[in-house]
Amino acid sequence: MALVEVRHLVKQFTRKDGMLSRPSIVRAVNDVSFAVDEGETFGLVGESGSGKTTTGRCMLRLIEPTSGEVLFRGKNVLSFSREELRLARRDMQIVFQDPYSSLNPRMTVRQIVEEPLVIHRMGTRSERADRVVELIRLVGLNPGQLDRHPHEFSGGQRQRIGVARALALNPSFIIADEPVSALDVSIQAQVVNLLMDLQDKLKLAYLFIAHDLRLVEHICRRTAVMYLGRIVEMGETAELFSNPQHAYTKALLSAIPIPDPDNQPVRIPLNPKDINFDAPLREIAPGHWAST
Amino acid sequence: MTPEPLLQVQDLVTSFPTRAGEVRAVDHVSLELRRGETLGLVGESGSGKSMTAMSILRLVQPPGVTRGGPVAFNGRRDLLELSEQEMRKIRGAEIALIFQEPMTALNPVFTIGDQIAEGILVHHQASRTAARDRAVELLEAVKIPNAMARAHDYPHQLSGGMRQRVLIAMALACQPLMLIADEPTTALDVTIQAEILDLLREMKEKFDLALLLITHDLGVVAGHVDRLAVMYAGRIVEEGPVRRIFSEPAHPYTRGLLASIPGRTPGKRLASIEGAVPNLAALPPGCAFEPRCPLRFDKCPTAPPPPFEVDPGRSARCYLFDPAIVDRPSIVDRSGSIGDRPASSGRPS
Repeated sequence: MALVEVRHLVKQFTRKDGMLSRPSIVRAVNDVSFAVDEGETFGLVGESGSGKTTTGRCMLRLIEPTSGEVLFRGKNVLSFSREELRLARRDMQIVFQDPYSSLNPRMTVRQIVEEPLVIHRMGTRSERADRVVELIRLVGLNPGQLDRHPHEFSGGQRQRIGVARALALNPSFIIADEPVSALDVSIQAQVVNLLMDLQDKLKLAYLFIAHDLRLVEHICRRTAVMYLGRIVEMGETAELFSNPQHAYTKALLSAIPIPDPDNQPVRIPLNPKDINFDAPLREIAPGHWAST
Repeated sequence: MTPEPLLQVQDLVTSFPTRAGEVRAVDHVSLELRRGETLGLVGESGSGKSMTAMSILRLVQPPGVTRGGPVAFNGRRDLLELSEQEMRKIRGAEIALIFQEPMTALNPVFTIGDQIAEGILVHHQASRTAARDRAVELLEAVKIPNAMARAHDYPHQLSGGMRQRVLIAMALACQPLMLIADEPTTALDVTIQAEILDLLREMKEKFDLALLLITHDLGVVAGHVDRLAVMYAGRIVEEGPVRRIFSEPAHPYTRGLLASIPGRTPGKRLASIEGAVPNLAALPPGCAFEPRCPLRFDKCPTAPPPPFEVDPGRSARCYLFDPAIVDRPSIVDRSGSIGDRPASSGRPS
């Protein structure tokens, strides 16, 4: 059964280009529907501006969507009261892209990781202290470093701190928004491995938002491709990568750099004329949806 | 016969004084580049790849100091000995630079046509109209649709990919011999990234340029460079033809980087390089990669390894390739992943 289900999600922004022009409406997220199962990694890919980050943030109500439903264990998060939402957030957490700006530089690692526990009034002081040590070990850091500040850590270590904070309340669903794209290549693999290990250990479900398709192919069981605010194709990752149907997916996949000088991809350029923007998503093979 | 290199850098060093002593951001870097050739300079942030480019162009700001050399370029014996005035004639006119961030590299208050024309006016005797016409030609060359009208646009009216095309047009404005592209596609989407790399290649061929392509992503350069230099902690640790390096990486760091590119074994753990990039102010006494290296042996911590020949035209700064060491761990796994050091070698690690 689906752990999180997004139904017809819409987020509109009003945009004003100049003093005299009339405001126009931009649909950053336009009728997006998908479901993430318990314990699975679901990839959300697309170019910048395609609406993937906005979708993720709407799901946690970090920004309020315009319409639609986000069902978490069958309950609509969008109709929750403040208190219900506070409780729900224990179960749904986020890891941000930039480990430099997403950790408060004035707080120690201990305070950063403990903060969610304090806000949610979990445990006594000593229980919380034990939990912080447990979490920091879980993400592969040394508890001896707990009283240091974020600037004393490398990018990869900071991202581990961000993961520890997200895990503090023992969630079952984590939105990982480009969690490794700010990291060096040799460090990316470490953090990706950590996320995969934690998933095995804690039965986490991830919504993995990324633009690096190689990474998505590596870790996501299913993937949805977003283009201009819509999901244009969705399916099992292996099927989607080997048998893309939508013109945008084809162009996107053909642009993935191949680390082999003798086996370079033939790029398929994107021609907007090939895209039928009104085509609904339809199931072209079991579990494989495309708007063609 | 291979033609003379256009650029020949020997033992270039750029250092910064710090409280912890001298820090070498560029540490005895040597490289060669011919016309019509693309050299990929690959490394993680802080490895010194951008600083190498800045050092060649003598753009390192004090207290940074560039020394060593010579940096021979286009018949000149050593760029490091030129006066600032002579150097200014080379920058832009003979060696052009394309930056990573296409928004900050453009001036928001001038039209792109004016910005391209400016370079031509600075370096050449050309009338304002001639320079404008040339700017439009260049915009056409980098395939900006409707170039005549677009020349009147301001940078904010263009997408990231289009801005990067404008920067390429600006770089080509004075018909340089060499182009340095510093992470030209990092800020761009994957489809645009491929287009820009194709464009760079096309421009290189059309104008017979020497292209130095700086990037942190090994996967990106595979299809776009002839030779590859891999940097780690200020040093070039492996250098050679791209095909040889991708098929049989020599330096353990290169092998680790190649193995950590995702997509080869879906669902499995990625091969990763343990540890983190060292602090340049506190480098290990021997090979800078030694603390992270799964193949290290007793020679490694003694002194930084010089480049050893791996095969003709390829070198690596790694004692595994030191012909003077007979009893060294053999390299069993040449597939690109780092294999465990053979247990039989019996050396302390």
